[in-house]
Amino acid sequence: MVTRSSGWILKVGALLNKDFKGEFRTRHALNSFLMFALTTLIIVSFSLGPYYLDAVIHAALIWIILFFSAMAGLARSFVKEEEKGTAYALRLSTVPEIIYLGKFTFNLLLLLLVAAIVIPFYLFFLSPPLGNPFLLFLTVFLGCLGLSATTTILAAIVSKASVKGNLLPVLAFPVLLPLLITAINGTQMALEGSPLREATSEMQVLLSFSVIMVTLSLLLFNYVWEDG
Amino acid sequence: MVFVEFKDLTKSYNGQPIFKKVRGTLEEGNCMVITGPNGSGKTTLLKILAGLIRPSSGEVRIKVNDHWLKGEERNDYLGFVSPDIFLYDELTASENLCFFAKVRGLPVYEEKCRQLLEKVQLKRWSNSLTGTFSTGMKQRLKFAFALLHDPYLLLLDEPGSNLDDEGRGLLGEMVNQQKKRGAVILSTNDSSEVALYGDQVLRLDPEGWGSS
Repeated sequence: MVTRSSGWILKVGALLNKDFKGEFRTRHALNSFLMFALTTLIIVSFSLGPYYLDAVIHAALIWIILFFSAMAGLARSFVKEEEKGTAYALRLSTVPEIIYLGKFTFNLLLLLLVAAIVIPFYLFFLSPPLGNPFLLFLTVFLGCLGLSATTTILAAIVSKASVKGNLLPVLAFPVLLPLLITAINGTQMALEGSPLREATSEMQVLLSFSVIMVTLSLLLFNYVWEDG
Repeated sequence: MVFVEFKDLTKSYNGQPIFKKVRGTLEEGNCMVITGPNGSGKTTLLKILAGLIRPSSGEVRIKVNDHWLKGEERNDYLGFVSPDIFLYDELTASENLCFFAKVRGLPVYEEKCRQLLEKVQLKRWSNSLTGTFSTGMKQRLKFAFALLHDPYLLLLDEPGSNLDDEGRGLLGEMVNQQKKRGAVILSTNDSSEVALYGDQVLRLDPEGWGSS
């Protein structure tokens, strides 16, 4: 038997590289993400464009778009492994924690890419005030971190179910509610131009939520990933 | 040195038993052939031996170099070829092998991947997408996947299916080489394969009782 190195970062990197290569050759997740995000954005801008909206409404709309885009695209990460029968090959090749971390990082980067496309378009079409761009960036980053950490473990659970399609938003919504409310508050403060120190508690909640979700997922993923 | 022991393995789905109290042992240098009619649980038994699914009761123990393997340690020492295992259609043959080598943490893999593709006679198609392969070519790539980490124990589920004569020759060569390195457990319904490879034969009968 060959001696093997145990570098977790290299293994997670290999999984990430494989997922990106597959994604850019098939574009399944990215297409679902972008189609949903851009369609919703256009509908919102046509229907609400002429009206003045409060910062809280803008913040809620941004997170509704990001939440449902994530639900449309991120479930694919595990569902495709189960549907295409590649999950067994992965199970035989590495430990579950590597698989969770690889899929989580892939989902996070994909969601950040979508946010990087959607938010500038939102700002362009609906012209909300942007008082504190750095706070908006931080809120979106931390919000996407929590959203991907939660969606990754839930997508692994959903991939085992016979009805995969609509289960993820139903499972994810109650779990993500504290994150979404905090992210909406943080975004509202960013749009209103509040300084970072006033949003410290929101940022702490978003970061803590992500840390808790990643830790719990690493502890529980083994049970989710195993077959009965 | 490898030693495999499974005791009183029972597997049920929704209360319906697939097999009951199957037991056996396998020592280095041997090939155990698991045979039985369709639905007797050959594939399920191999998945349990590979640690992919849990038995309803009973246990599987694998010893390598006087060390009983625990949990996922098993993955480092066994290779598995099965109709239920698929590689990535969107990657090329070479990318598939390199990915699995990297994710296993194998330190030097590029030369090994090249050698394996040559061994399974897929070198010419190493840069072709796996999705474009025929079923037989995919089966050969699965052999390369299973041998990537030079496993001590090789599990082969219906390995001869979809293979041409050349492929069957390759299978025979692989089983003989593996017996020198460790042991093989192979499931088949083909009586010629049972006679050819079976140093030990485990029959799963319709009642689900395994007998050696």
